[in-house]
Amino acid sequence: MSNPTNLKYTASHEWVRVEADGTVSVGITDHAQSLLGDMVFVEVPAMGRSVNAGEECAVVESVKAAADVYAPIAGEVIAANGDLDGSPEALNSDPYGAWIFQMKPANAADLDGLMDAAAYQAHVDSEAH
Amino acid sequence: MTLKTTPLNAAHRAMGAKMVDFGGWDMPVNYGSQIDEHHQVRRDSGMFDVCHMRVVDAKGAGVRAFLRYLLANNADKITIPGKALYSAMLRPNGGVIDDLIIYFMTEEWFRIVVNAGTADKDIAWMKEQAQEFNRHLPAGDAAVALSPAGGKLDRGNASPHPNPPPAGEGTIPITITSRDDLAMVAIQGPNARAKVWEVLPQTRAATENLVNFQAADCGEYFVARTGYTGEDGFEVMLPKENVEAFWYALNKVGVKPIGLGARDTLRLEAGMNLYGQDMNENVGPLESGLAWTVDLKSERDFIGKAALLANPPTQKLVGLVLLDRGVLRGHQKVVTQHGDGEITSGTFSPTLEKSIALARVPKEVQVGDSVQVAIRDKMLAAQVVKYPFARNGKSCL
Repeated sequence: MSNPTNLKYTASHEWVRVEADGTVSVGITDHAQSLLGDMVFVEVPAMGRSVNAGEECAVVESVKAAADVYAPIAGEVIAANGDLDGSPEALNSDPYGAWIFQMKPANAADLDGLMDAAAYQAHVDSEAH
Repeated sequence: MTLKTTPLNAAHRAMGAKMVDFGGWDMPVNYGSQIDEHHQVRRDSGMFDVCHMRVVDAKGAGVRAFLRYLLANNADKITIPGKALYSAMLRPNGGVIDDLIIYFMTEEWFRIVVNAGTADKDIAWMKEQAQEFNRHLPAGDAAVALSPAGGKLDRGNASPHPNPPPAGEGTIPITITSRDDLAMVAIQGPNARAKVWEVLPQTRAATENLVNFQAADCGEYFVARTGYTGEDGFEVMLPKENVEAFWYALNKVGVKPIGLGARDTLRLEAGMNLYGQDMNENVGPLESGLAWTVDLKSERDFIGKAALLANPPTQKLVGLVLLDRGVLRGHQKVVTQHGDGEITSGTFSPTLEKSIALARVPKEVQVGDSVQVAIRDKMLAAQVVKYPFARNGKSCL
């Protein structure tokens, strides 16, 4: 699966989609889900929580391992995807559709510091070696 | 470091496996969905590359007496040809060197299967013990050499060894041979045996009447009704050069390849220990849920027996089911009303759709007790249960 070019990416394998109202949705990349394998549990952050960039924000657990999901930028958590409670496997089957939480950025300009699809792919390739 | 490969490495890659470094071996963790693979074994049939495990042949006229002393379980329990026995092999201090399966073939030949990660140290230990054992062989005649096991042991020889093994019953020395020429594939699941017979019809007559934990030597193929999944099936040993063709032939009749990921969830549901996680050289078998495999009642001496008798266990292994949402993992702290313990193996059980674990806890903890497990910043509720958790396709809870 190729990484959608309309998204931004982090080195820790989150994707970020900027919505029309300026809020952002955050999920984990296809590469991340493929490394973790079958997802069985997602722990989402509390609503209204203020987070710094790089702060642990959610946890995804596969049969194999638990992994932290980090806040890609500073901001406030405004929503969590409740659907993942009953169907965590959506992170495997539809990684770029299944968002985990949404944030209101503290500073929209922070988004410019994230990677585009090509830079993220180069990052994944470099980690493979 | 270059990873070691099994003769099935190319086949795994051709079948789309995700490969991982498993204790220095390049092995398949899954070929897609690990949960689907798990269900495939519980409901139909799957095959596992277990070529990284080591087959060892112990031979010699006194081999039964040797194993009687070497292992914590009693080799005298297996008297029907082909019958297998699960045992721990202990250090003199009672720590577990490895857990293994021995197959009684003849009074001069027992086959042993040991874990991959411990194979070299296991074989070194066996050879060292065999050398000691051989040193105490009486200078008997050929008749003595061929006397059956269970006969009177000659304990008359004075020995400089601090803990002398029982003197051998024969004059043929024990030899320990690592069978690096053999490959091994486990075929497991309710339909597994029928699928093996489709591929190896010539073995059917010899293997049809095998009871659980019994093997037949069919010449090129050594077929054992054993496994590590809690399902029926076979473990087949065969010459390395034939294993790739065997693997593809099984696949052709509908046996799907299963990775190490599902192997772990299957064995944990079946309540089977994993060496290095649930027990090791620093923990004895009685604290590792293996009391049923340790024969302390008979007069027989064995390596580690004195230490086990001198140090009654203060902890035991129990099963846990998580009541809250989350996943139990190894090394998480378990808080009980009798003191703290630790999870040794934890996972999500695809059969139960709940998280399960084995945990080492104070020996006063009982089945049914409520305990708490520290997961990240939370204390989650779990219940102590009797394991296995699932076998033969069904929940045991």
